[in-house]
Amino acid sequence: MKKVIAQKEIDINEEGYLTDFSQWSKEIGSELGKEQGIEMTDKHWEVIDFLQDKHQKEEALSVRGIKKSGVINIKEFYDLFPGGPLKKSTLIAGIPKPKSCI
Amino acid sequence: MGTKVKKMLFILSKATIENAYAAFVMANGARMEGIESEIFFTFFGLEAIQKKKLEHLHVATVGNPGMHIPTMLGGLPGMEAFATKMMKREMEKLDMPPIGEFLEILSDSGCKLWACKLAVDMFHLKEEDLIDDLDGILTIGDFYNRADQEGTQLLFI
Repeated sequence: MKKVIAQKEIDINEEGYLTDFSQWSKEIGSELGKEQGIEMTDKHWEVIDFLQDKHQKEEALSVRGIKKSGVINIKEFYDLFPGGPLKKSTLIAGIPKPKSCI
Repeated sequence: MGTKVKKMLFILSKATIENAYAAFVMANGARMEGIESEIFFTFFGLEAIQKKKLEHLHVATVGNPGMHIPTMLGGLPGMEAFATKMMKREMEKLDMPPIGEFLEILSDSGCKLWACKLAVDMFHLKEEDLIDDLDGILTIGDFYNRADQEGTQLLFI
């Protein structure tokens, strides 16, 4: 489906995740964050950078992976992106929802 | 849109590694969906939160049709340890953490961990025998009172 955000039209799936990562920009990321009730700060962007990096390398994402990365600890992760941090942060980052159980 | 479940309460009563993982994966999965979760460790489930025992939980190889081995074979010395080693290896491949690390992840994710007072008394345990991340020792009545909102579900493992 199509969606207009930050004055651009993007393609998203039924859950709201970008289907084409090349359409992503930081402004779009910010707006997506606002829709999730999150004001993006530098710390938020650090996590987004990490997630996008893993996505480029085609490595699987998991909460345990976030912990091992050293970018952020799990408590902070849940504080920064309340209510399902991995699914929210990946939506904001413009990458697909991870199919991880950990 | 999304789930109507707001909070999941798990009761873990068994010490087999597959049951502990069932509870942990479900509790963590809930947190990953933004659902609150809590685990009440009772009877043999207490082994999963005893410092000395939690890394030594085993798979059940006897009386477990899921093993697909004859019962007599399952009872041979070393079978339990062997089957457990195999299972742990597979889990590590899937990035499943060992029990101790999993409990830390659960606690950091906001999952509350409780020990059952009756079981703690029955097994003559003390607070220092249990993990530091434990949120407290409760009675089952106290645990029922943790179901403090609509959309709360209880699960017995």
